[in-house]
Amino acid sequence: MAAVTLSEVRKSYGGLEVVHGIDLEVKSGEFLVLVGPSGCGKSTLLRMIAGLEEITDGTIAIGERIVNDVPASQRNLSMVFQSYALYPHMSVRKNLAFGLTNLRMPRPEIERRVAEAAKILQIGELLERKPRQLSGGQKQRVAIGRAIVREPQLFLFDEPLSNLDAELRVQMRVELANLYNRLGTTMIYVTHDQVEAMTMATRIAVLSKGNIEQVGTPYELYNFPRNRFVATFIGSPKMNILEANAMGGAATVADFGTLPVVVPDGPISVGIRPEQVLIGRDGDLVAEGKVTLVEYLGSEIFVHLRLASGRDMLAKAANTAQHKIGDEVSVALRRESLHTFDANGLTAPRATTTA
Amino acid sequence: MADTTLVGAAPTHPTTAQIAAAIREERARRGKRAALLKHIFLIITSLVMIYPLIWMLASSLKPDNQIFGNLGLWPSELRWENYTAGWNAMAVSFTRFFLNSTFVTVLSVIGNVISCSFAAYAFARLEFSGKNIWFALMMMTLMIPYHVVLIPQYILFLKAGWVDSYLPLIVPRFLAGDAFFIFLMVQFFRQLPRDLDEAAMIDGCNPFKIYWAIILPLSVPAMATAAIFSFIWTWEDFLGPLVYLNDMRDYTVPLALRSFIAQDSVSAYGQLFAMSVLSIVPIVIFFIIFQRLIIRGIAMSGLK
Repeated sequence: MAAVTLSEVRKSYGGLEVVHGIDLEVKSGEFLVLVGPSGCGKSTLLRMIAGLEEITDGTIAIGERIVNDVPASQRNLSMVFQSYALYPHMSVRKNLAFGLTNLRMPRPEIERRVAEAAKILQIGELLERKPRQLSGGQKQRVAIGRAIVREPQLFLFDEPLSNLDAELRVQMRVELANLYNRLGTTMIYVTHDQVEAMTMATRIAVLSKGNIEQVGTPYELYNFPRNRFVATFIGSPKMNILEANAMGGAATVADFGTLPVVVPDGPISVGIRPEQVLIGRDGDLVAEGKVTLVEYLGSEIFVHLRLASGRDMLAKAANTAQHKIGDEVSVALRRESLHTFDANGLTAPRATTTA
Repeated sequence: MADTTLVGAAPTHPTTAQIAAAIREERARRGKRAALLKHIFLIITSLVMIYPLIWMLASSLKPDNQIFGNLGLWPSELRWENYTAGWNAMAVSFTRFFLNSTFVTVLSVIGNVISCSFAAYAFARLEFSGKNIWFALMMMTLMIPYHVVLIPQYILFLKAGWVDSYLPLIVPRFLAGDAFFIFLMVQFFRQLPRDLDEAAMIDGCNPFKIYWAIILPLSVPAMATAAIFSFIWTWEDFLGPLVYLNDMRDYTVPLALRSFIAQDSVSAYGQLFAMSVLSIVPIVIFFIIFQRLIIRGIAMSGLK
């Protein structure tokens, strides 16, 4: 187990800077997820920690050791690749043992570790097979096995579940979480899927355009997003965003009326999560709308609404709700569930005064 | 239409299943005819292609006077002694020529495969300054005919004192001298996923170990292709040995074959063709062995 400290880490390709001075502290034994839309630099960041990509500026330390110039093989870490990257010409056993053989580890020790990894991942009967004879899920397990036999102080995962089908992905997610609980090793996990991030992470770092937007526990990110980007990126379905105008401590939101805010005057936005959009009149702000689409999900219902101004909103309702397309409904919002973002998209403090 | 069904004439109407069967039958018939035409065409063209080979085979068993005088392929009498006499027709026996050829060819194949794959690995995977320029330069050498560099090269090897030895034929093969093979391998290496290199890097491999333990085993098809071409080209190379080898005891098979065409007296064509037939045998054997490697290699890597 080791902590990982990034300070002022930058990466440029040619003249183009893609990672802009990232500071990040990964605590020892933590499951940190780097999440962000594609092209946000999360994979590049992971590859820099792995030593597969040189850093242009800044320092990366694993434990106490600054590893800027330490080759990947000597950073005492393992990495699981999106494509699994199993060696096609080697049996599963050799795939697992390859890294250990390169370390000139004694044979009995290699065999012990391979057997143990095979037991943890239940791939014992696959050991003599070649990767091409494995299914996607089995390949994934072997790839994880190859990472754990090294007993590293740090695990890196680069979108390891994105090549699996939906059902398997959910299953592997649980297994990975169990593996983490069992090993307790520091893990850094890259994904573009916020559900994966939310379900597995101890802490999440949300990245966008080469910057860290916010670092925090899933709870913090969901309930206290620091800015509009994080607010809309975390959570599924997405947070509703209503454009509004602030003037002298009050914001005018079309359809809903005014509410007190603590932002400078100008264009602002107000966000509300779909599960906090209430159908009915029981709220601080009420608007009228029409149901345009109803998605029945079993445990809940997504109700798509169009307000009088033509603005669309999404509400999550209980699965017993009876809404039909074309229904005229009232939409109510509670003030405490609103997120207010200033003109720059930063979260504004909540107004304490009641209007 | 409604009437016919009422009077019970329905059976005269083919059911959809029957129509489908008829269509299928017609399609099969048409398919068969097309296949037949295709095969006739292919057989004729392949006969044209293979005729010289059959002619050589036939001529190797004919008496000299029948080779150019008689149009028929089948010899009136089988002259098997063309083979025995041809083998020992020169001052030096063909055993020696075949050994010489084998020596030069085997070393050339080994040299080409090793050195070209090395160079190709560098071009495909390593970063070094001027990589693109070097690659372009290498590709340009593909466009220079061998005959252009022949004389400068000869002078070079003459100065080095290598003429009259196999060194000019073998040493360049170990120096990645054949841009075609490098290009072939670079293309192959490039389609191997880089993730494998990176996984190996984390698994503690240096660039050489990645080449040796990952890239090379996955490139059996490319290596086999290069080996086959390299074998054929070296085995049947005439110009190189002609320029650099002067002593008959050093001759390779193609040079020895040339010696049958005597400048002064009657040439022993029957024996010439008999030895020509034998000279092809190693190529055929080599090809059969290595082309299986190409197929097995592709199946093994499981990349496609």
